[in-house]
Amino acid sequence: MNAVRRGLGNGLVQAFLVVIGLVWLTPLAGLFVSSLRSAQDTAKGGWWTALTGPGQLSFDNYSALLKNAGMTQAFWNTVLISVPATVLVVVIAALAGYAFAWLDFPLREPLFLLVVALLVVPVQIGLLPVAKLFGVLGLFGTIPGVVLFHVAYGLPFAVFLLRNYFAEMPKEMLEAARMDGGSEWRIFTRLVLPVGRPAIASLAIFQFLWVWNDMLVALLFADSSSQPLTVELQSQIRQFGSNIDVLAPGAFLSLVVPVAVFFAFQRHFVQGVMAGSVK
Amino acid sequence: MTATTLTKEKGASPPPAASPAGRARRLRRRGRVVALLFVFPALLLLGALVVYPVLFSVGRSFFDASGTRFVGGDNYTEMFRDPATLKAIRNTTIWVVVAPALLTGLGLILAVLVEKVRWATAFKLLLFMPMAVSFLAAGIIFRLAYDEDPNKGVLNAAAVSVHDAFEGASSYPTARGRAERLTQDHDGSYVTVKAVSPGDTVALPMVGVLPKDLPKNAVPAYPAAGRKAAPGELRGVVYLDFTPGGGGTRDKVDRGESGLPGMKVEALSGGHTVASATTASDGSFHLTGLNAGSYTLKLPESNFAPPYQGISWLGPTLVTPAIIGAYLWIWTGFAMVLIGAGLATLPRDALEAARMDGANEWQIFRRITVPLLAPVLTVVFVTLVINVMKVFDLVYIIAPGPVQEDATVLATQMWLVSFGGGNNQGLGSALGVLLLLLVIPAMVFNVRRFRRSQR
Repeated sequence: MNAVRRGLGNGLVQAFLVVIGLVWLTPLAGLFVSSLRSAQDTAKGGWWTALTGPGQLSFDNYSALLKNAGMTQAFWNTVLISVPATVLVVVIAALAGYAFAWLDFPLREPLFLLVVALLVVPVQIGLLPVAKLFGVLGLFGTIPGVVLFHVAYGLPFAVFLLRNYFAEMPKEMLEAARMDGGSEWRIFTRLVLPVGRPAIASLAIFQFLWVWNDMLVALLFADSSSQPLTVELQSQIRQFGSNIDVLAPGAFLSLVVPVAVFFAFQRHFVQGVMAGSVK
Repeated sequence: MTATTLTKEKGASPPPAASPAGRARRLRRRGRVVALLFVFPALLLLGALVVYPVLFSVGRSFFDASGTRFVGGDNYTEMFRDPATLKAIRNTTIWVVVAPALLTGLGLILAVLVEKVRWATAFKLLLFMPMAVSFLAAGIIFRLAYDEDPNKGVLNAAAVSVHDAFEGASSYPTARGRAERLTQDHDGSYVTVKAVSPGDTVALPMVGVLPKDLPKNAVPAYPAAGRKAAPGELRGVVYLDFTPGGGGTRDKVDRGESGLPGMKVEALSGGHTVASATTASDGSFHLTGLNAGSYTLKLPESNFAPPYQGISWLGPTLVTPAIIGAYLWIWTGFAMVLIGAGLATLPRDALEAARMDGANEWQIFRRITVPLLAPVLTVVFVTLVINVMKVFDLVYIIAPGPVQEDATVLATQMWLVSFGGGNNQGLGSALGVLLLLLVIPAMVFNVRRFRRSQR
């Protein structure tokens, strides 16, 4: 009796989870199918009609997208923003994280508490003052400006994560290296970075996705020649409904890269997100 | 003072036989310089682009729109007077009250349930994946799903088909009854002009339905119109009194004329409905169990109601819940995975012992799992609250232009006021400072938690 009840319960659980899974999959499937349909078909009926009439589907929207100079430029801008912003955050935070964990300098403790406090500072508060500052420095509207903003607001979490990871290293290991007369730089590149690889990987993936997916920062700091994909697509939202043949493939293109990164490095990504859960 | 010491030391070097203490001091100083070089880039960027802007915004929030006149706390009082900002505060409150609680609850339920199936990893992966999708792409996805037209938005397509399955899909918003036979009531329903009695066969003629609007299953009503009713029952047809191509007789069921399926028919006696039926594909209906007497037949107004158009998801009233729905799609996986990780650390013995004592699954969940998970649930909840306060892109993308002001939250309002037309950077800065003040408890929480972990 109990076994039957348990079996029945398990069946219900399975059914419930299958339904939830389908609910989660449907919006994404809808976007993908929509991205493969012509404007005329979209005007006639919902994307699900394509499931019974697969003749509607073609990659024409994507080839049109690749010929669209604005879109391809925006795609490259996204790459040109995300890659440097990720590399810079990793390098700068690794240096600082090591110093906070193992080197001695004045105000080390209060400065690190400041970093912890800065973890939750909303990006919004920086928009206006940094825009003014960048205006003076000639960085406003440029890709380096967008990159620098992302690096600065990625740093608190990055330094926090790496400092905590580096601090777990056994003290004897570092002391042995110092005894051997290695310079701090040598210790950093030959010992700390290799040991810190898992944390650095999590950080890099997390930061990359964060920047790749950003719209708010670029909306303000990028001009029309340096705007990433998110901003380019956002500028077309106003005609929503009449341009689904552009928006849907564009949105799909913008999410293919982060989702691929997610599946390739899921373990690191999940760890990064979990470590970043204070952000 | 420092300078002299430095020169003195320089003058003293190279010390041919430096004392060990001096050497150690020099090494230490060199170490400090190296350390400062290591932290300098990070401190420079944080100082210039995070700390300075915070201070600047706080200062700027005490000045007027153009930044020339000191206005004290005016921007802050303005915030609670301006209807648009008040709306933003109200909506942000709704977000903070609803979204984190829902997400934590849903995450907890799914984390517990998913442990019971073999494909847990695949399920977690699927639910976590939206975390990698940008808010912009998610916004486009849900803008599409929430579309008001049931021929575009999948949610309204589902709503309409569920509605029609229960309420009946066939309705004839344009149909009118022939005045010779049917009169229209003020509520839109039609009743027969002449009374009918059991044993009668009644034909109810309608016009005003275009042949292309006829339901696909409709067939000619002629055969059914000839059927005789037995005593104690009423038979009849509801038909379209129009012969395609012309040539039909008015008020008569001609051979080519179609029945109207799915039409509700009621028999009234003394104002009360005593029997009802729905017409078949040939438009025929069949009312049984009637006592002798005279009845009126009624075609209720539901037959003529305009077709159900679904739910206005992105209308002013539902837009915020709808956007919260999209937010759930993105963040549920996060809550589930984090809580799942906490679940894995629970002591197996406690659960086993409870099972041995005969506790059922619900009691175990309620009395053991949830209390033991409390710290993890708190972290998840706090994280979500912080993130929800800053929600921007989703609202900006999903709410259509005219509804934007109904959906506005602090972050979007701050943007609109500062950059999007408002151009009042004083008020904008004050809103930014408000956002910062709201996350200060989280800041304190983090700093405390960190200091405790260092002891």
